[in-house]
Amino acid sequence: MNYLADVAALARKDLLLELRAKETVPAMLLFVLATLTVFHFALPRGAGHVAALGLLWVALVFTALLGLTRAFVPEREQGLMDALVLAPCDRSAIWLGKVLAVLAFLGLAELVALPAFSAFFSAVDGRTVAAVALADVGICAVGTLTGAMAVAGRARELILPLLFLPLAIPIVVGGVGASAGAGGRYLGFLVLYDAVFGLLAWASFEYVVSET
Amino acid sequence: MLTARNLSKRFGAKRVFGRVDVSLDAGGFLLVTGPNGSGKTTLLRVLAGLAAPTSGELQLPAREVIGYLGHDPLVYRELTPLENLELFGRLYRVPERRERIGMLLERFGLWDVRHERVGTFSRGMQQRLGLSRVLLHEPELLVLDEPFNALDAAGADLLDETLAELSSRAFVVATHDPERVERLSTERLAFA
Repeated sequence: MNYLADVAALARKDLLLELRAKETVPAMLLFVLATLTVFHFALPRGAGHVAALGLLWVALVFTALLGLTRAFVPEREQGLMDALVLAPCDRSAIWLGKVLAVLAFLGLAELVALPAFSAFFSAVDGRTVAAVALADVGICAVGTLTGAMAVAGRARELILPLLFLPLAIPIVVGGVGASAGAGGRYLGFLVLYDAVFGLLAWASFEYVVSET
Repeated sequence: MLTARNLSKRFGAKRVFGRVDVSLDAGGFLLVTGPNGSGKTTLLRVLAGLAAPTSGELQLPAREVIGYLGHDPLVYRELTPLENLELFGRLYRVPERRERIGMLLERFGLWDVRHERVGTFSRGMQQRLGLSRVLLHEPELLVLDEPFNALDAAGADLLDETLAELSSRAFVVATHDPERVERLSTERLAFA
């Protein structure tokens, strides 16, 4: 119970920070809308639904990357990772709290992105929505871990995409596969990815944030 | 409480400090002095359990009994003092949290601004909040890096008083103003 209460307190803290600073979510919304608008004009007339779906996934992954880049900014700028790491709570609670907050930000961006995609390209079906929801879990789990790795380094703006994007390739494969046709198999693949990488990220966060 | 033998720290080829021996029991007060860049902050991070020594033996108490104040006060600027202390009180499992937080905010003169964002505070007020955060869980080992930083005369006197009251705890304090705490120190480590 203590663990879940810690996670809730940490996630609440991140949501409060965003509610007051209003930096990450507006940037994500603007980015995803701008990207979909660019894709709308860039995609040749007559290009199929599948090609458009591919671009949706590109837009979502890069929007998530934008959110992840900001995820540890308060901790980095104010040295607060030291205070969190010293607290006697399980360190994975720091990761899980951050995952939940980033998941909420990404979900908000997608609440705008999916209707915008429907308006610009074609309607989004239930399979795509399910794939996006499952992909979000994997993106936030892996992205928060790589974000924590990047925050310790000097060239952190470079390190995060370099660490995160290769790990996000299976998510794009699963997402495009699920939304473009062979739904069940690829949705299962995304569930498996979430389970395996979520567990790995949860278990390894402790080693990422602690030097001792 | 804290034992370090032949402790050293390197960043790559650069030696930050070496051959440090410390033995501190409850009531002990280690005063660390030295010029900028001499390794005081790195030593304090090692003694707080935030960084690993490159070599040597180090025995630290459990992290729930360590209180650490770094160069920054380590509080969220977008949150209020109350929200900051609620968060850390929760993470440190502080019993009777509300009462303890209220007492510390009163003591450090922050009660009236408890609902205001820390980002609007002066550096000295942020330092007072940082000290409240450190004392929140009543740590047995306090590791304080320049605790008098940015405090005005009243704030510094208050900290003097607080340190004296907590003299049964163990302290590691780095400061450029050693005269201020010299009377409390039981051990001294001077970096060149």
